[in-house]
Amino acid sequence: MAHGHSAQDLMRPAGSAQPAMSVREVSLTLGGPPGRLILDAISFDVRQGEFLSIVGPSGCGKTTLLRLMAGLMPPTSGEITFEGAPVRRPSLSRAIVFQDYTNALLPWRTVSANIALSLEARGVARAERDDRVAALLKKMGLQHAAAQFPGQLSGGMQQRVQIARCLAQQPRIMLMDEPFGALDAITRQGLQDELMALAADEKMTVAFITHDLEEAIYLGDRVFVLAANPGRVVEEIEVGLERPRHQLLTREDPRFLKHRHRLFGLLQGH
Amino acid sequence: MGKLRGLIPPFLLVALWEAAAATGWLTLESLSRPSHILIAGARALMEGSILVATWQTIEAAALGLLIAVAAGVLSGVLIGLSRPLARTVGPTIEGLRPIPAVAFIPLALLYFGYGLPMEGAVVAYGCVWPVLVATASAVRGIEPRLLEVAAALEMSFAAKVWKIILPAAMARINLGVRVAAGFALVVAVTVEIVVNPRGLGYSLILAQQSLRVDLMYAQLIWLSFLGFVLNLALGRIGRASGASERAAQ
Ligand SMILES: Nc1ncnc2c1ncn2[C@@H]1O[C@H](COP(=O)(O)OP(=O)(O)OP(=O)(O)O)[C@@H](O)[C@H]1O
Ligand SMILES: [Mg+2]
Repeated sequence: MAHGHSAQDLMRPAGSAQPAMSVREVSLTLGGPPGRLILDAISFDVRQGEFLSIVGPSGCGKTTLLRLMAGLMPPTSGEITFEGAPVRRPSLSRAIVFQDYTNALLPWRTVSANIALSLEARGVARAERDDRVAALLKKMGLQHAAAQFPGQLSGGMQQRVQIARCLAQQPRIMLMDEPFGALDAITRQGLQDELMALAADEKMTVAFITHDLEEAIYLGDRVFVLAANPGRVVEEIEVGLERPRHQLLTREDPRFLKHRHRLFGLLQGH
Repeated sequence: MGKLRGLIPPFLLVALWEAAAATGWLTLESLSRPSHILIAGARALMEGSILVATWQTIEAAALGLLIAVAAGVLSGVLIGLSRPLARTVGPTIEGLRPIPAVAFIPLALLYFGYGLPMEGAVVAYGCVWPVLVATASAVRGIEPRLLEVAAALEMSFAAKVWKIILPAAMARINLGVRVAAGFALVVAVTVEIVVNPRGLGYSLILAQQSLRVDLMYAQLIWLSFLGFVLNLALGRIGRASGASERAAQ
């Protein structure tokens, strides 16, 4: 994306670049018949390289939406495409960071071996695997925990391991389901900043789900607000705060506060 | 010291038994005499006949167990993964499982004749169920998130089984294997007593038929010793896998 623009690309208006992922009129009914409408005709794009926050009250269908985007389950109607191709099953190009890191990590494997999982599955040669795992351990600050088992680590460290495992698969989008929801405030802020730095470094596309609206604004380029029963997008805001962001200064910025007020009203009033 | 206290009753019993036989007070032919049993056992060990028989029994038990573990784990994984398959073969399994393995001796004899394969087959039949049932329920109980991780990483079926399912189910599969292993020795000796002319069970029958009561007792004691060692070994394996399990928690 960063190089080799053709003349045609340059002539196109900026907004027409192909989105990373596009969700079109996606509905989901579970249970039944007649069943319950969980998601109601949801449409949006995830732009290439953006950090998209999706916020909504508990039970509004955030996790379900993310699972559809990952290809872990199909929608009842509508279509999701990733880089132009329909999403039918999970793919290494779409990494999923689960909220419950305790269940998502393999308790019988060391931190290194957990991170190496996708590399093993793809048959990457031993030497290259070791190099890449070492680099990821360093990047995520896990060098000292390399030989430990997930059960021996704090929650924050375990979530780092899961993120490292996802990075190892070299995804083109990260789908994250309340990854910091179960962590204490300090650990959470640390990981927020690390994730932002990471996303900026790698020009990563991220869809980030949270029920914490401050987190949504602080991290996001855009924030979608979902409402419940049935789940639908009720608002989209462009955050427009410059990066790098700062835990104190950004959160005190008048624009941040304005977004916060607006989202707070929406989440209360649904 | 406290542990040794448990040895007092058997020693007392043996001493009483020996004394009663020596004074001529006890003349029951079927009871032999501790000192005679000891001598018969030592002789059988020295000339090696009991060791050959032991090897034959263990060989058949191990062969049957091996087949049972391979077949039980393989089918258990498939049944544990697929609800439709579980519903299809479930009733058949529940129908076959209660049939005592020894009831298949006549059939196995017809197929294999006398010898190791026949004994191994009967042992395998007896041992396959605990392994299969433990594996299937362990696989069914695997954290669904782990299977989603396998899907998210686009693992092949083989990689999913090898890297996720078997390690996740290992502790409970081990329990099934332990039950099966205890069973293997019992079934093997039974087959030998009933029909197969080899191993410790057959030696027992021979001793009984030639009225070598002392030798019979010696073999019984040897068998109980084997069972004890087997249990000890299985306990070790169980504890070791339990420990690694705990380390992994
Ligand atoms: N398998 C299912 N069958 C029926 N209903 C389901 C199923 N899974 C989820 N639901 C329902 O769908 C709705 C959305 O669930 P989902 O987990 O996506 O919400 P969420 O926004 O992620 O909530 P939270 O913030 O608590 O994680 C809930 O009301 C839930 O009860
Ligand atoms: Mg959720």
